[in-house]
Amino acid sequence: MAQVTLEQLRKVYPNGNEAVQTCSFQIPDGEFVVLVGPSGCGKSTLLRMIAGLEEISDGSLYIGDAVVNDVDPADRNIAMVFQNYALYPHMTVERNMGYGLRNRGIPKADIDAKVREAASMLNLTEYLDRRPSQLSGGQRQRVAMGRAIVRQPELFLFDEPLSNLDAKLRNQMRIEIKALQRRLGTTAVYVTHDQVEAMTMADRIIVLNEGRIEQIGTPSDVYNHPESTFVASFIGAPPMNLMPATVGADQAITLSDGTVLAGRAPEGAPGSVLVGVRPEDVLIGAGDIPFTIDIIEELGALRLLHGQLGGAPFSVSIGKDEQAQAGPSTIGLKPDALHIFDPQTQRRV
Amino acid sequence: MTQTSPRRRIRWSTVSDHTILTLGAILMMAPPLLAFISASHDAVTIHREGIQLGFGDQLGTNFRKAMFEKGGFTQTVDGTLMLINSLILGIGFAVGKIIISMMAAYAIVYFRLRFATLAFWMIFTTLLLPLEVRILPSYEAIQRLGLTNTYTGLIVPLIASATGTFFFRQFFMSVPEELAEAARIDGAGPVKFFIDILVPLSRTMIAAIFIIMFVFGWNQYLWPTLITTDESFFTLVRGIKQIVLSYTDAQIPEHGQALALAIIAMLPPVLIVVFFQNWFVKGLTESDK
Repeated sequence: MAQVTLEQLRKVYPNGNEAVQTCSFQIPDGEFVVLVGPSGCGKSTLLRMIAGLEEISDGSLYIGDAVVNDVDPADRNIAMVFQNYALYPHMTVERNMGYGLRNRGIPKADIDAKVREAASMLNLTEYLDRRPSQLSGGQRQRVAMGRAIVRQPELFLFDEPLSNLDAKLRNQMRIEIKALQRRLGTTAVYVTHDQVEAMTMADRIIVLNEGRIEQIGTPSDVYNHPESTFVASFIGAPPMNLMPATVGADQAITLSDGTVLAGRAPEGAPGSVLVGVRPEDVLIGAGDIPFTIDIIEELGALRLLHGQLGGAPFSVSIGKDEQAQAGPSTIGLKPDALHIFDPQTQRRV
Repeated sequence: MTQTSPRRRIRWSTVSDHTILTLGAILMMAPPLLAFISASHDAVTIHREGIQLGFGDQLGTNFRKAMFEKGGFTQTVDGTLMLINSLILGIGFAVGKIIISMMAAYAIVYFRLRFATLAFWMIFTTLLLPLEVRILPSYEAIQRLGLTNTYTGLIVPLIASATGTFFFRQFFMSVPEELAEAARIDGAGPVKFFIDILVPLSRTMIAAIFIIMFVFGWNQYLWPTLITTDESFFTLVRGIKQIVLSYTDAQIPEHGQALALAIIAMLPPVLIVVFFQNWFVKGLTESDK
């Protein structure tokens, strides 16, 4: 087990592209951290730097107490699960899982015992003699997991491990991975572009955008107190509604169409702001803000109502028991529903 | 009626397909068959009457003499020795080419070398320089190294292969990068990755290149003729002409034996193709990557 520390870490490619801007954070021992962001945000590069597959341009990386910048991936005591699983196609499941141990000169009997233990943990015992090509996607995913856990590494690295699975299997594997990590107590870094995976699996989420860390926090932190408009719109589905507004003398917030919102902007807010409201923080049919419903999306457990408010698209999420029809209606906001952002810096005020 | 007309059309195309295939097969098979039939006659008959269409009674004798009777200028070489020499050349040539070109492709694809692309294209342009073009300097080099009349001299100068390097390069580039990374994390160094992962993955490629290169090596004529003067290094392909078909002592050349030897010379490449074909098909149908 180990904690991971990134100190002023940075990645610049030879062509001048700064894939990861200088960043520092620490992952305590046993924590499950998810790096989340849109494609090209540098999350995979960051993970690959931790793995040792990508050179570190600047800064220091610690695994435990040792700087591992120049340590070979094989000697970092890490295990990685790849998006396409990267199983050795010509080896049986058993040999796939034991390959790393064999390369480290561990006695055959020990390898056997460890592989069998991991296989039984992952329900793979009956597939030990199969080749990866004879397995389903979910089973391959499990073998990749097995290959990672037999080595009993200090750190698990996951590079979008579920994105090749169908939705149902993804939900199931999500829980399995999380449970396994809990059980083993191994520190884990998990990369995904899926905010649902991030929210459900993480102890802490690191949101990345264009090579920059936007926010680090627990899932509820990130959801309830997004530090920037990017985080606000990236975390949560459907995304947060963002509308331009002005802040009056008494900190009252007025939308561009003149609607005055209940609630006050905090001290120090600039004259014009971006107001964010989560679709699930809106009450339909209550309150006094006029809102015209254009389209209703039925999702079963909930319903999404789309319309316009303050000159910007606005969506409302209501439960399956609430009623709504297309046409004019009114909405009210739950208390503390407002998130105020500075339009210049895109940061939270 | 509506069903018979498309069926008849299919049948016609089948008939024409088979006609073409049968004619092609006959065309391909006739020369070896005629050679085989003629090999059953004695030298005098063939010399006087040419290729024979009916079996004679000398088949066993001709094959036995061709394989086991010492011949040539020094009276020390027989067909068996030449067959062994041919096998050494063919296998050495194919195996050598596979090893060299796999390693070259491995270096080009997996290591961040300076000028790797340039190196590859330089290797590739050697396709424009076949043995025949560079035969004098090659001979000079081998002769100065004292490698004439050795197996090394026969094989080594020919094993650098642009074709093989190209095929392996294309194949390695299609292997997912993550496999190399996973192996790296699993503690497999470059040599281990090559032997444990890449070579087994390439086995169908290896089989394919082995077929091509073995046949190519087996049929080498010019280079062995140049580099070996000692008859004990003669291969079948040149031995047919120089050992059996030589006009020594004003005798009629042993046409029957020559034809028998020609049949024997054709067999190993055929067997190699037949044997490796299974691998080939298996490798193509079993998507393994």
